[in-house]
Amino acid sequence: MDRFLFLTLDGLSRGAVYAAFALALVLIWRAGRIVNFAQGAMAVAAAYVAYSVTAATGSYWLGFAAALLAGLLLGAIVDIAVMRLVDHRSPLNPVIVALGLVLLIQALLGMVYGNEYLPAQAPMSRTALTVGDTALLSPYDLFVFATVGVVGAALVWIFTRTAIGLRMRAAAFAPEVSRLLGVNVGGMLTLGWALASGVGALAAMLVIPTELGLHPHAMDMVFVSAFTAAVLGGLDSPPGAVVGGLGVGLLLSYVSGYAGGDLIPLAVLALLLTVLLLRPGGLFATVTARRV
Amino acid sequence: MSATRAPAPPYRQRAVDLVRTGRSVPTLLRHLAVAVAVALVVLLVSYQLDSYRNFQLATVAAYLCATAGLTILTGLCGQLSLGHGALMATGAYTVALCQTAFFDRGVTSGAVLLLSLVAAVAVTVTVGLVVGVAAARLRGPYLAGLTLAVAVVVPALTVTFDGIFNGEQGLPVPVAPAPAGLGLYFPHERWQLWMAAGATLLCLVVLANLVRSRYGRLFRAVRDDEVAARLAGIHVARTQVIAFVVSAAGAGLGGALLAVLAQSVSPGAFGLNLSLFLLMAVVIGGLGRLAGAVWGAFLLVVLPDLTHSLTNLFTLSPATAQRLEGNLPLAIFGATLIVVMIAAPGGVQGQLSRLTRALRALRPAGRS
Amino acid sequence: MTADLLTAEALASGYGPVPVLHGVDLRVPTGTITAVIGANGAGKTTLLRTLSGMLRPSAGRIMFDGQDLRGTPVEQLVRRGVAHVPEGRGVIGELTVAENLRLGALWRRDRRDAARALDEVYQLFEPLARRRRHLGHQLSGGERQMLALGRALVARPRLLLLDEPSLGLAPRVVAQTMALLRRLRDDTGLTVLLVEQNVRSALAVADQGIVMSLGRVVLAAPAERLRDDTDLRHAYLGF
Repeated sequence: MDRFLFLTLDGLSRGAVYAAFALALVLIWRAGRIVNFAQGAMAVAAAYVAYSVTAATGSYWLGFAAALLAGLLLGAIVDIAVMRLVDHRSPLNPVIVALGLVLLIQALLGMVYGNEYLPAQAPMSRTALTVGDTALLSPYDLFVFATVGVVGAALVWIFTRTAIGLRMRAAAFAPEVSRLLGVNVGGMLTLGWALASGVGALAAMLVIPTELGLHPHAMDMVFVSAFTAAVLGGLDSPPGAVVGGLGVGLLLSYVSGYAGGDLIPLAVLALLLTVLLLRPGGLFATVTARRV
Repeated sequence: MSATRAPAPPYRQRAVDLVRTGRSVPTLLRHLAVAVAVALVVLLVSYQLDSYRNFQLATVAAYLCATAGLTILTGLCGQLSLGHGALMATGAYTVALCQTAFFDRGVTSGAVLLLSLVAAVAVTVTVGLVVGVAAARLRGPYLAGLTLAVAVVVPALTVTFDGIFNGEQGLPVPVAPAPAGLGLYFPHERWQLWMAAGATLLCLVVLANLVRSRYGRLFRAVRDDEVAARLAGIHVARTQVIAFVVSAAGAGLGGALLAVLAQSVSPGAFGLNLSLFLLMAVVIGGLGRLAGAVWGAFLLVVLPDLTHSLTNLFTLSPATAQRLEGNLPLAIFGATLIVVMIAAPGGVQGQLSRLTRALRALRPAGRS
Repeated sequence: MTADLLTAEALASGYGPVPVLHGVDLRVPTGTITAVIGANGAGKTTLLRTLSGMLRPSAGRIMFDGQDLRGTPVEQLVRRGVAHVPEGRGVIGELTVAENLRLGALWRRDRRDAARALDEVYQLFEPLARRRRHLGHQLSGGERQMLALGRALVARPRLLLLDEPSLGLAPRVVAQTMALLRRLRDDTGLTVLLVEQNVRSALAVADQGIVMSLGRVVLAAPAERLRDDTDLRHAYLGF
C-alpha cells in the first residue's frame, strides 16, 4: 500500500511534466494546426543553454531563466524563419519540416556539446520525505508541482483574461475574420509558438534531472509520452492535455514500479495504439471526428 | 478551386502519352527490360569499381528498397510514416535470427539466405499490417505520431528483450561466402553487390508495376482527395493498409539486405534518425516518384562519405573531428530537408522533370 | 452629393491564374448606401475581398478617402476606417458574444470611446446584451447578424462593407437590417457598400445600384431608376 502511494505521487510528479509538454503541443496545434514534432529537440536546445549559463555563472536559477528565455526565442525564430515559409496546403509539409528541424537541432547540439550524457543537477533534494515509515514526495517533486501549476494558471489567465489572449484565440479559430478585425494573425501565431516553446523548455528543465542527464536525444521518449498524453486528451483541449499527462505519468510510474522500467517504452506504445484505435478523438471527445 | 486545375492540360497530355506508350509495350515487359539493362550495367560496373565502392553501391541498393517503399506510401498514398527505420530493423533482426538458426543447425549453404530474406519480408509485412491497420484510421499528425512512437520504441525493445536480441550489442548475421564457382579470389564485396542489386531490382520491378496498376491509381486517388475517393466507391482504409503493407515489405527487404551486408545488426543503427533519413531521402529525391527514391538512396550513402572527406580536409583535434563526423551529415540532412520542403517541394526529380519539360517546350512542336 | 469616399479604377483580380474581375470601376459617394447586385458568380464577393485587401488586385487602384489602399495590410484596414463583414458574417462561434464584440474594438487606442461604442451596440441590439455570455455558435441567424454588424460598428467605421447581409435570414430580419443601415446612414453619416442577391430589399434601401455580370460592372445607376424603370430592370436584372 505504501509502495502504491509512493508510486502514485511519483507518477503525478512525472505526469505534471508530461502535462506541461503536452500543453505545449496543444498550444501550437490549436494556433496553427501543426503538431510540432521538433518540440523535443527545441526543448533540449533550451536545456543546453541552461547548462552553459549555469556552468558559466554557477547559478542554477540563472540557467533556469535562460532556458525559459531561450525557449521563447527559439519558438519565435522557428515560426518566423521556417514555419511561415512552408506551404501549408498539404498537412505533410509542416510535419516534414519539423522533422528536418529535429535532425538539424540535435546535430548542432551534438557538434557543440558532444553526444555524451552531461550531468544535470536538480536544484533541490530528490530524496523523498518520509511521513512515519512511508516515503512520499521529494522537495523536487513539490517544486515540479508548483512550477507546472503556476505555468498552467498563467496560461489560463493569459488566454481567458487578457486582450492578447483573446486575440490569440480569435486568430486561431478564424484567421481571416480576425485580420478584418485588425488582429495581426501572423504575430499571434509567432507568439503562440514562443509560448509553447517556452513551456516545452520548462518541461525539459524539470524532467531532465530526473532522467539519465542532458543529451541531444534526451527528450525523444518524453516527446512520445507527451504526444500520447495530448492525444489522450484530444489534442485540441488544454485541460485534456493536463489530465492526459497526469494519466500517462501514473501509468508509467506503475509500470516501472511493478513490472520494470524496461517496459516503459512498450507501455507508451501500447497506450497510444489503444487510444488511437478505440478513441481517436481522445477520451474527452464529444463529437466524432469530422470526415469531410 | 479552379486555380489548381488551371495547369491541367499539359499534365493530361502527358498522362495520355504515358497510356499510349504503355499500350504499345506491356508495362511488365518494359520494366523487366529496364531491370535487365540496369542489371547488366551493375554487372559491368562491379568489375570496374574497387571493393569499397562495390560495398557502397550495395548499400545504396539496400536503402533503395526502403526508400522506394516509403515513396509508395508517402508520395503516392499521402501517408507519412516515421516508422520505416523500425520496419527495417524488423527485417534486419529477422534475417539475423534466421541465419543464426540455420547456421547453428549446420545448414550453411548460400541458398538459405533466400529463405531468410523471404522470412524477413514476411515478418515485416505482418508488423506493417498491424501498424497499417491502426494507421489507416488516422490521418496527418496522428499517423506521424504513432509511427514516431514505433520508431522510438522498437529499438528500445531490443534491450527490453535482450535474451533474444542481445541488447545494445546486437546479433551477428552469418552469411555464406560467394559461390566457389566464381573463383577463389572473387571479392566478397562484388558478390554482395550482386546479391543486393538483384534483390533490389526485383523489388523495384514489382513496385514500378504496382505504381502503374489499378492500385497505383487507387493510391493517388486516396492521396489527392480522400472524400472524393470514398464517394467514388474506393475503400479508403483498405487502400491505405495495402500501401502501408507494400511499403513495409520494401523496408523489411532493405533492412534485411543491410544486415546481410554489415553481417551484424544492432539497435543503434535503426534509431529514430534512420527513419528521418529515409523520409529525407524520399523528400529530397522527390515525393511520389520512384526515380526520386533512387536519388534519395544515393544521397544516404554519399552524403556521409562526403562530409567525412570534408572534415578530413581540416586539421581538427580528434575530439572535434569525432563530434563533427557523427553530426555534420545529420545537420546537412536536416537543413536540406527544410530547404527542399520550402524551396522545391518536388525534390530533385521534380526539378529534373520541370527542366526536361521546359527543354521540350523550347523545341519546335512539330513532332506530334 | 459630396466627394467619393471610395473609388476603384480598372480593378482586376482573381484566384491564382484565374481572373474574376475585369476592369471594374466604381465610386461610392460619402454618406450613401451603394448596393452591388448581380447573379451568382458575377464577382461580387471577389470585389469586396479585393477592396478589403484579402485578395491582391492584379491591376487597377483603390482609393479610400484620397489614399491608395493597395499595399495596406488587411489588419490595418479597420484602423483606416473600413469594416468588412464577410460572407456568412464571420461570427467566431468559439468565442462568446462579449468576446466577439470586444475583439472588434481591441485595436482602438481611445479606450473610453471604445467602451462607449460597445454600450451603444448593446443598446442598439437588445438581444446581444441579454446573451453576452453565450457562445457565438449558440446564436440564431438574426442574432449572428446583429453580432456581426455590432462588432463592425464598435470600430466606428466610416465605410462598411457588407457581404450578403440577407443570406439565410427571415424577411422580417432582412427588413430590420436594411432599415438599420438607412438609420445609420442618416444619423451618423456612415457609408455602406453592400453586396446582395436579394435585389429588391437592397434597392429599397440603397442610393446607388451597381449591376455586375461576369466580373464586370455593366451598369451603375441611381437606385430609384433601377427600381422604377421597368425597361432597365428587364434588361439588367431580369424581372
